[in-house]
Amino acid sequence: MNVTAAVEAGEPLPSASEAGPAPKRVVVAYGFWIFLLSDIVMFSALFASYAVLRHATAGGPSGAQLFNQTRVAIETACLLASSYTCGLMALAVNSRSRLGTYVGALLTFVLGAAFLALEIREFADMIAQGASPQRSAFLSSFFALVGCHGVHVAAGLVWLAAMMAQVAVKGFRPAVLRRLQCFSLFWHALDIVWVGLFTVVYLMGVTP
Amino acid sequence: MTATSYNRAPGDRSIVTDKEEPISAGALVYTLGLALAVIMTALSFWVANTSLLWAAGVPLGLAVLAIAQMGIHLVFFLHITTGPDNTNNVMALAFGVLIVLLVMAGSLVIMTNLNGSMMPADLMDMQMHY
Repeated sequence: MNVTAAVEAGEPLPSASEAGPAPKRVVVAYGFWIFLLSDIVMFSALFASYAVLRHATAGGPSGAQLFNQTRVAIETACLLASSYTCGLMALAVNSRSRLGTYVGALLTFVLGAAFLALEIREFADMIAQGASPQRSAFLSSFFALVGCHGVHVAAGLVWLAAMMAQVAVKGFRPAVLRRLQCFSLFWHALDIVWVGLFTVVYLMGVTP
Repeated sequence: MTATSYNRAPGDRSIVTDKEEPISAGALVYTLGLALAVIMTALSFWVANTSLLWAAGVPLGLAVLAIAQMGIHLVFFLHITTGPDNTNNVMALAFGVLIVLLVMAGSLVIMTNLNGSMMPADLMDMQMHY
């Protein structure tokens, strides 16, 4: 790549029109960035419906009665830590360290799976108490919002497992590196959505 | 000219990504981000549960903390900066934030208005269960 060589040699860089199209890594990551932003726009619609419907309990249980803050705190810690290990995995990928990549991916996967297990447990407990999505508009919007985030995390776990298989079989070739970069963007974006989620749903839902 | 000719890919710390770099090079950034995010999260949970603060101000405080934490994630984990090689990423992000704000604030304003013009709550409870 001539830009890399120019940067290393300290030469002045050519202008955008002289340099030609941006490297594929930049184009792919930028396109994925736009997808992530559109995904966040979709989440904003679910957030808006939850914010509108959160008092529409139809005589059923309210958030303050259902939510367990300790469990939410553990879920938050798991997801935050997995975002951190995902960042460390990206560093290991940049240094082309296979062992570091596997360790980072394993930690990310385990923490993400722990988050998902806690969330599924929470849903099961709520449904067992009769607080199912059919019970009230509040619960419908709650399950839609939190469930949609959970589905994203589950998809991320599948993607991470697939990426590790690709690293094992194909090694660090450019296409695999680009996919790994998109994965870490995806995983960090999910953590950002969770920040909004635990604040709006669990913390604001408990305060009157 | 000194400006880089390409925008940086979102998530990359520098334009030079094909070069292998030592693993410790960026670990400090992530660790700093983790520490700040943990502080923000702990503060959020404290604010939601304490009785020391004025209750009516708590939701606003929580919103401020959440937005601050999102900013920390963007800067330390996604490496979004205000530098000239990040213009495209920031512009796309700004557009996303605009749409998110429009959808959320618009829905809340419109629905609050509609609720205000509905019949009183006790009458409505008798007539419909939604």
